[in-house]
Amino acid sequence: MPTPPVHPDLLPRLLLGEPPGGALGPALDALWGLAIVLFVFLPAISAIGFLAIWAERKVAGRLQHRHGPNRVGPLGLLQSLADGIKLASKEDLTPARADVWLFRLAPYLAFPPVFAAFIAIPFGPDWAFEPSLSAGLFWMLAILGVEVIGVILAGWASNNKWSMYGAMREACQLISYEIPLGVSILVVVVSAGTLDLRLLAWQQASSIAKWNLFHDPFSLAAFFVFFTASLASNKRAPFDLPESDSELVAGYHTEYSGLRFSLFYLAEYAAMFVMGAVMTALYLGGWADPFGLLARRYELAAAVPASWELVALNVIATAIFSIKTSAIVFVQMWVRWTLPRPRIDQVLHACLKVMMPAALSLLLASSLWVLLVGRESLVQRVTETVLAAGGVAFLLAIFAYCGLAFVQGRSNQYRLGTHPWPSDLPGGGL
Amino acid sequence: MDAALFYALAALVVAGAIGVVTGRHIVRMAIQLLAALLGVAGLYVLLAAEFIAAAQLVIYVGGTLVLIIFGVMLTARSGTTVLRPSRAEAIVAAVAGVALLTVLCIAVGSTTFPHVIEPRPADAVAPLGGALLNQYLFPFELASLLLLAVMLGAAYLARPLDRRRR
Repeated sequence: MPTPPVHPDLLPRLLLGEPPGGALGPALDALWGLAIVLFVFLPAISAIGFLAIWAERKVAGRLQHRHGPNRVGPLGLLQSLADGIKLASKEDLTPARADVWLFRLAPYLAFPPVFAAFIAIPFGPDWAFEPSLSAGLFWMLAILGVEVIGVILAGWASNNKWSMYGAMREACQLISYEIPLGVSILVVVVSAGTLDLRLLAWQQASSIAKWNLFHDPFSLAAFFVFFTASLASNKRAPFDLPESDSELVAGYHTEYSGLRFSLFYLAEYAAMFVMGAVMTALYLGGWADPFGLLARRYELAAAVPASWELVALNVIATAIFSIKTSAIVFVQMWVRWTLPRPRIDQVLHACLKVMMPAALSLLLASSLWVLLVGRESLVQRVTETVLAAGGVAFLLAIFAYCGLAFVQGRSNQYRLGTHPWPSDLPGGGL
Repeated sequence: MDAALFYALAALVVAGAIGVVTGRHIVRMAIQLLAALLGVAGLYVLLAAEFIAAAQLVIYVGGTLVLIIFGVMLTARSGTTVLRPSRAEAIVAAVAGVALLTVLCIAVGSTTFPHVIEPRPADAVAPLGGALLNQYLFPFELASLLLLAVMLGAAYLARPLDRRRR
């Protein structure tokens, strides 16, 4: 599918009209950029962090047959806000004989990289905070790698054995897992031929069979390698050894309290969303719907440089993108509350002796596929159709099974009188 | 706007670099080095070279700097490692620094910088990759050979000790 031109200033053009000539134009642009940062960028990231923390506790509760937070606000949605107020009112402690300067600095090194990664996320055909990055994919991964410095410093500066162990684990885990992470991205980049997130989205826009996940068997396998490696590089369970609470108290952030602790917390959840966004953009078709309706509609509408229809399409695209990303974030949480934690030597063994060779052979196989199978050839078309059909059927089967099990379980409990209807429970049972 | 950003980033780089040279505390020096490296990455972004900026971050911040801190954490006996260079080391370093500064000054002075504003390329990565694998293939492969040698050396040093020799 050919890529229509980007409409960079869609909303300012519609709201403010054509930019005036002379010196006023750049000044207005700068003002608009500032407004976006203050009123969209920062609130959006904070809201994502807050919602993700709420969702994590809710998912954990449900998976453990509890209710999760349900006291503050509807469905307990304001729980994160209450926690935030509590954290802000806590004393900001610094441990004795810690390296004070580095200890205070560390949270501020852990959070901004995640911020900076957000600018490249392609939410819609026109909407990204910075749509013109030609190496957006590489940029996101590179800037996320800076976060590790903050974590290592936090552990080192705390003057605490547990923190130090956490920091060491983080350092070796992150350095090792960056390799399968990068190589499994290369598997897709080899067949897509670009690092531009906008182009990647357009290449996958026409139908679900064009999504890179279903491009060939190797990219399907690479998706799972990437998912596992992204769990490890985000320090998510089962790879949460840097902060493993049963061994190291809280690992690298043991000594932190108050707002500095909340910065680490927000960084973790924002990074989960960023990794989900990378997976969505790279494998799951970005903002495209499964039938390619949005892309076709957009191409028709794009003939006019700025119209409210384009804005509406971008809003829909952003919603689709967010739904896909949230689904991945949900799976990350699901995995966390399901799998036990391996030891650090097992984690490193799995990376260096299993995932790295697997990722490298997938890269080799995918390169061969690109060279031997033509982009528009019959083999390619059959493969992607079969894989996409199989994937959709698999998902539908899972949903059907879960739905049946849910209905049957609830009706049994109700009939036997062993479980009240959820609406009878305190907090509406949600 | 661009000029203001440039001077801010340049100040960050220079301040970080001076901090690294004058510092005594090795982990703090690593953080000052981080400031300098981030500033340089910012300068690349300002030049619309995001790929180079990202490569700078991956290689120097994500790789080298983490390795430095990691090494310090593994080797430092006490919590604070303080560097005290001897007088001879200081003299050698000063001579090397002045020599490098002279070379750089001559190089910058003898280069004519063209005043051409070129349009931003649509895809900056593909030409870069093409150049690396065509025009500059030999240096590229030479660098990978060097890395291979380093890796072999590291594996040799880290091998399990031979019991019979002990």
